[in-house]
Amino acid sequence: MAPIKDHTPDNPALARFFDEMSNAAGEVRPHYQGYVSWFDGMPADRMARKRHEADALFHRSGITFAVYGDEAGAERLIPFDVIPRIIPAHEWLALADGLRQRVKALNAFLHDIYHGQEILKAGRIPTEQVLANAQYRPEMQGVDVPRNIYAAIAGVDIVRAGAGEFYVLEDNLRVPSGVSYMIENRKMMMRLFPELFARNRVAPVEHYPDLLLDTLRAVAPKGVPDPVVVVLTPGSFNSAYFEHAFLAQQMGVELVEGSDLFVRDEQVFMRTTQGPQRVDVIYRRIDDDFLDPLAFRPDSMLGVPGLLSAYRAGNVTVSNAVGTGVADDKSIYPYVGEMVRFYLGEEPILNNVPTYMLRKPDDLAYVLEHLAELVVKEVHGAGGYGMLVGPASTHAEIEDFRLRILASPEKYIAQPTLSLSTCPTFVDAGIAPRHIDLRPFVLSGNEVRFVPGGLTRVALKEGSLVVNSSQGGGTKDTWVLEE
Amino acid sequence: MLSRTADHLYWMARYIERAENLARMLDVNNRMLLLPQSAREVERLWRETLDSIGLLEAYSKGHDKIISEEVVHFMALDRNNPGSIYSCLRSARENAHAVRGTLTSELWETINTTWLKLREYNIEKLGADELDAFFEWVKLRSHQSRGVSFATMMRDEANCFLRLGTFIERADNTARILDVKFNFINEAPRHDDASEYYQWSALLHSVSAFEIYRKVYRDQITPSRVAELLILRGDMPRSLAHCTSEVQAFLEQVANQRSAETQRRAGELAASLRFGRIEDVLETGLHNYLTRFITRINDIGDRIATDFLLPVTA
Repeated sequence: MAPIKDHTPDNPALARFFDEMSNAAGEVRPHYQGYVSWFDGMPADRMARKRHEADALFHRSGITFAVYGDEAGAERLIPFDVIPRIIPAHEWLALADGLRQRVKALNAFLHDIYHGQEILKAGRIPTEQVLANAQYRPEMQGVDVPRNIYAAIAGVDIVRAGAGEFYVLEDNLRVPSGVSYMIENRKMMMRLFPELFARNRVAPVEHYPDLLLDTLRAVAPKGVPDPVVVVLTPGSFNSAYFEHAFLAQQMGVELVEGSDLFVRDEQVFMRTTQGPQRVDVIYRRIDDDFLDPLAFRPDSMLGVPGLLSAYRAGNVTVSNAVGTGVADDKSIYPYVGEMVRFYLGEEPILNNVPTYMLRKPDDLAYVLEHLAELVVKEVHGAGGYGMLVGPASTHAEIEDFRLRILASPEKYIAQPTLSLSTCPTFVDAGIAPRHIDLRPFVLSGNEVRFVPGGLTRVALKEGSLVVNSSQGGGTKDTWVLEE
Repeated sequence: MLSRTADHLYWMARYIERAENLARMLDVNNRMLLLPQSAREVERLWRETLDSIGLLEAYSKGHDKIISEEVVHFMALDRNNPGSIYSCLRSARENAHAVRGTLTSELWETINTTWLKLREYNIEKLGADELDAFFEWVKLRSHQSRGVSFATMMRDEANCFLRLGTFIERADNTARILDVKFNFINEAPRHDDASEYYQWSALLHSVSAFEIYRKVYRDQITPSRVAELLILRGDMPRSLAHCTSEVQAFLEQVANQRSAETQRRAGELAASLRFGRIEDVLETGLHNYLTRFITRINDIGDRIATDFLLPVTA
């Protein structure tokens, strides 16, 4: 096969991006040298066969996701790229310190705003930003949660910009998904290329479900000796159903739907073939709004009537907690650095992307003048929907978005368009650099833990910066490599 | 185990078994059609077949006449017929998908692959020779599902509900196949002994019992022995006696506080087959006997649903 480094920044427009594999001079970075020398010795037809094999295996095992808005029940494979994203161990350790600090601060923030609200009293975050936020849940005010852990599972999206520095793009504290792909990608790589793992010291990730179960048991209600954990899914038509089933199976716990649970005397039970069985911890993969038709959306068929009352009584743990959305909201994001300083008395290790808040007149005026250079996002948007990537948009699209901003500026934030780092990736025409991000999964129970790395998502369209699987993104195996 | 999970497992197994038995039923009819038949007889064969599985009315709504090719297509591959092999395998896959975490990955992959492959069959264009191969394929995939489940699934509750589904469905289906074929052969105009021999042997083939019959009886094929083999022989894996004794055994393993009456009825039915005599069965009249059996086995199926599978809060 032609040397892989010939395929990295071939396009002059891409040369200004940080490439994970090669430096600006086109030399392979030290942590990729082992991989590249293996790759260059690999016959092209064998690689093609392996890629085909990966597709067939993913299809047969039904590792698919449903696409909203597609024809009913359509299932698609998330494209898997066989070239791994490699992170040297020393870079990961620095990232891990930053993640630990950030998630601790976010949990402290959540506890604070649902109790004494010290950070608001101290004037470090504008009160109305928090209390008027749709994601703030007054039902949670004064409710104690075990160990004061609100976000037991966090998926923090990280990107790498021009000079190779890391930024946090967003903190996902509600129901972050993707961890099953992280594990399946690794299994696939080990199946396709076992020799690679014999030659490289790649940190393992497959024990994530053990850590997750441990974490969930750690946040069980006090005094329950052997807590019963379940995974709550909206059902088999949900886009992430594969992951729900996967995690339940790997943890050896029941995968339940709302109708499998019921509440009696503020206790939660599941309906089993041997009668009702008590449930102590619910790892829910359903949004707050749908959890309990008595407390939130009355039309929800997915939830459990009475769940919130059992939860508030402390008889069951719902994880992540109700009301965590207020801390990963895009309008709160600019204040995470403040949280680190306020609660931990430390300087934040991880950078935030500078953010313009369009509810502020100055920011709004600046953004409207520079729409073509900026990324504009809906405060409550997710999944890559409802955003404008200025440099990649036509004049008409920008003007159309301008009208939407002017109609309700408070619904939007804007950020400079980051030059996301690239990694060589198989595309139709061969191998080419494509933009990537990284989602590590941070678990908070007795302590903060993670498996090294996370899920690397890759934007398969040339020049695209949107990596979401719902927008045609793919994934890669992520290696944290011992040096 | 969650009631809903047990429900999906139970129905997954039932749909797989049902698809297999539909293939067997179509297969035996195809074999019978190879014998010289009048057009009226052919029509009667299909009418009785459709009637025995409760699909005559649904067929008549979409078709003016009973034509072999159309009935076969309707029963095998019609997507809009909820009772077709196609729909059964789709339902089996949907049920499996809903509980894929409870299945071993080998079992899930087997069922999912069956479904993916089924969709590749060009529904409108199967010739008569390909149909034969198609029925063989359906049977083979059903055997594979059962074999993979036997070889990889823990012997726990999940396994019990899978087996309950299999044996309830098989008992029902064997009874229906027997009923419709006995009736057809009995009322057929007599040509000669040879044609009767071929009809009985086609029936035996369809339930994988031809070689077994030879081995057990070492004698010519007679209706009462065919009936005895498929109803009362406990060591014949598709017989009513075998199915009901399996139902009884698996029910005992999952017994709960509500299920005593269901167990009693299953035990009573199994005992009546274990200790029954073919002379008594024939004296009642085979059709009456089988009709009564189908009612009783479905009563047990309904009771399994209320005792174990339906969400209850009590």
